[in-house]
Formats: sequence, structure tokens, C-alpha cells
Amino acid sequence: MDERKFKKINRRELLKVAPVIALGAFAIPSLREPLLKKGLAFNDWASGKLFRPGHPAPTFADSELTPFDKFPINDYDVDDPGVIFENWNLTVSGAVQKPGDYTLAQIRALPRKRQNTRHICVEGWDVIGRFGGTPLSEFLKLIGADPTARFVTVQCADDYYESLDMATAMHPQTLLCYEMYDQPLTREHGAPVRLTVPTKIGYKQAKYLTDLKVTHVLDRVGYWEDQGYSWFYGL
Amino acid sequence: MQANVVEFESAKTGETVQAVYEHPWLVRFSHWLNAIALFVMVGSGLQIFRAFPSFGAKIPEKDLLQWPKAFAIGGWLGGALQWHLTFMWIYIATGVFYLAYQLFSGNYRQVLFVPRDLRGVWPMARHYFFFGPKPPTTEVYNPLQKLAYTSAIVLGVLSVLTGLAVWKPVQFSWLAWMMGGFHLARVWHFIVMWAILFFLLGHLVMVVLHGWKNFMSMLTGWKTDPEYTPR
Repeated sequence: MDERKFKKINRRELLKVAPVIALGAFAIPSLREPLLKKGLAFNDWASGKLFRPGHPAPTFADSELTPFDKFPINDYDVDDPGVIFENWNLTVSGAVQKPGDYTLAQIRALPRKRQNTRHICVEGWDVIGRFGGTPLSEFLKLIGADPTARFVTVQCADDYYESLDMATAMHPQTLLCYEMYDQPLTREHGAPVRLTVPTKIGYKQAKYLTDLKVTHVLDRVGYWEDQGYSWFYGL
Repeated sequence: MQANVVEFESAKTGETVQAVYEHPWLVRFSHWLNAIALFVMVGSGLQIFRAFPSFGAKIPEKDLLQWPKAFAIGGWLGGALQWHLTFMWIYIATGVFYLAYQLFSGNYRQVLFVPRDLRGVWPMARHYFFFGPKPPTTEVYNPLQKLAYTSAIVLGVLSVLTGLAVWKPVQFSWLAWMMGGFHLARVWHFIVMWAILFFLLGHLVMVVLHGWKNFMSMLTGWKTDPEYTPR
């Protein structure tokens, strides 16, 4: 073989590796954001595929619980948005047969479930808490939610908002939670009613609920999602 | 002489030069894609760690170390997660394609550390670290290299498994359970990263020490005038 031919082979082999440079698109500021958004969307899609409706999140013994005073109080605004309990209703709207205002007594009359599950914050810390409430699926039955609807969105007293896919909303461990550690929910932890979703990341566990809407189209995604965090974020 | 060894006459010196085809295309391609993905995964991972730089409780929080923002990717937690959750697919895909190719082509024999390589490790280490004589080798990778690269591949697999346990501790609850639960999976994920960075440090030092033609072989596949005698 002469040297020229060898060099030609080398150039061809080098060219075959060149497509790696395409990743350089992530270094271009105007392309970076749409590409990362696509990446996150793909990640959410894959997370949805991996979600198994009947697969429970691990539960724990009472001895493994994080002490109540060591359970972090996390919010984006105020610890206590000043809900007036006497006037509190959960306002239901959207694709349901019985829209309107539902009282805490109506929610408490539904089957109660208590579970020790892990709460994982997107920051990386985790705690094991004891949560009590009614499965959201029971409440959706009560309000006559359209079984073909795809999303449940909630609005909170502190202007926080969140949304769940219907498969997660129907998961047996997804609770309309009104108790923590067998005591009525404290104001800092989202009284009178919050979401407990042990199959999802912490910021999906919205507190101080005021409105619940069942929809076919996702019109409001979520507070942190609108800042750039993942929507599905199933664990 | 094998098909992956050629000889040509140098136009400059007129001497006969030997060249070996060391790395098939898929190995080179996945190596560079994976290198970029690893860079992004480590950088964004360290930014994610900045959000809660501890492995203890949240209350009270005792920080392990404040990683400087300048050596992190993503700027903030949400941004870093976008990078991490996007590039993990590239990281995993390159690993899967690489392993599948190595397995089915039989090329894994080049890199897999097997028991018979064991006795060659010390002479090679003595050569590198204590200026001992260079043991004669006939393969693309010497025993010490095989040990390092096999370890790196195992660490790569572990980085994915620990990562999956942190990403989906409910769907992959068995994985998280094997690592001692979500909390410890996060610790393992962190430890595996440092082990990979330790490998990378040694790898980069060796690349610098072995010069240009060694480096080029990971781009073109061909190494001219190899430091070993090809069989």
C-alpha cells in the first residue's frame, strides 16, 4: 500500500466519526432551549410509558417515619395563605356530571386510606411521612368525572397550580389528603386538603386546594413546570 | 499478517511503516458521543447536587460541600435537570450500542479483562508508575489497560443503574431496593460518578503521555507505528 492510499482511508474513517459534531447544536444559544425542551418532552413521554397504574410506591413501617417536626414545610410563597376553614369548599368544574362546591365533610365521608410513603423533593432530599385521606379516584367517582378525560388540574389558595395525568390521578395511592401523622392537616402542610401522590415528585403534591378541574386538554400545567421543570415527573 | 495490519512506504523517509486498525467505527463513534454525554451528565449532575448538597436529613441540613457554580452546567436546578434528563438518553444509547456491538462482533475480546490478564497487570503498572522495563505486548490493549477499561465499562453500567433508581424509585423499586432504598441510591450514584472521574483522570494523563498517533487512532481507527507487535 502506498502512503497516499493509506491517508485517503484515514480521512474517510475520520469523516465517519464527524456526525458527533451535531451535538454542538446544544452549544448554540438559540438552539439550546428548544432542544432541551424537546429532550424534556421525550423524557416525560418515556416516563408516561414506564408508569404502571397498578404498581404501588413502596410503603414503610411506622418506625421508619420521619418525625413530624423534621418533615420540611416547602412552598413557593407563604407557609400559610390564610384559608378560612368555615367557608372552605373544593370547587369542581370541567368534564364532570356533578360540578359545584364540595365540603370537607363530603370528602371525609368517602373511604379513608392511611399510608406511610416517601416524599422526594426535586432538590434531592427525601422524607417518609404518614398521610391520610381519600383516594382521588373515589372523589372523581363522586363528582362523576368523565372516564375519557385525560387530566386533573388543581388550583391552590396560594395561587399555586398543578396538574396530573388521569392514570396517576386514578392510582390507588393518590390521595386527597386531609391528615398527616393521624392528625388533621396543619396550615403549613396544606390544610384543609392537599394532594399526596407517592408516584410523583414533591412539587406535584399541591397544598391548600381550592379548585379541581377535570379536562380533556391541559390548559394549565403547573407552577414549577412553567419555570422549566418536567411535567410528568413520575417516580 | 492479519487484515487489520497494513504496511506502507513513508514518502518522507522511504521507510516501511506499519499501521494497525484498532477501533471499529461504532467503537469510535460511541466513544466520542459518550464522552460528550458524560461531560454534560457530570456537569449538570453537580448543578443538581448544588440544590441539596447533602446526603443527610433536610432538617437540619448539613452540607457536604458547596460545589462551585463555575464547574457546573445548567445554571439552576431546573436547567440542570433539562440537561441531565436529555443527555442521559444519549449516554444510555451509546452504552447500549457499544455493548451490543462488542458482544455480537466478538470485538469485546480486545478490551475485556479476563483472569489470564491478571499476571500482566503488575509488570505494566511497574512500567508506568515506577519506570520499570516495558513488558512486550502483542495486543491493542495491555493487561492494565484492559483492567482500566473493563472497570470503566462496569462503572458506566452502574452509573445508569444507580441513576435509574434515583430517577424512577417507584417503577424501578427493585433497583432502588437493591441499593438500599432511594436515599442510598443517590449516594451510590454520587460515588460512581467520582469513580468514573478518577478513571477519566488516569485516562487523560495516559492519552497525553502517549501522544498524537495514539490519540488519532480513536478518531480514524488506525494507529501508525504501534507501540506493540501486532500478532
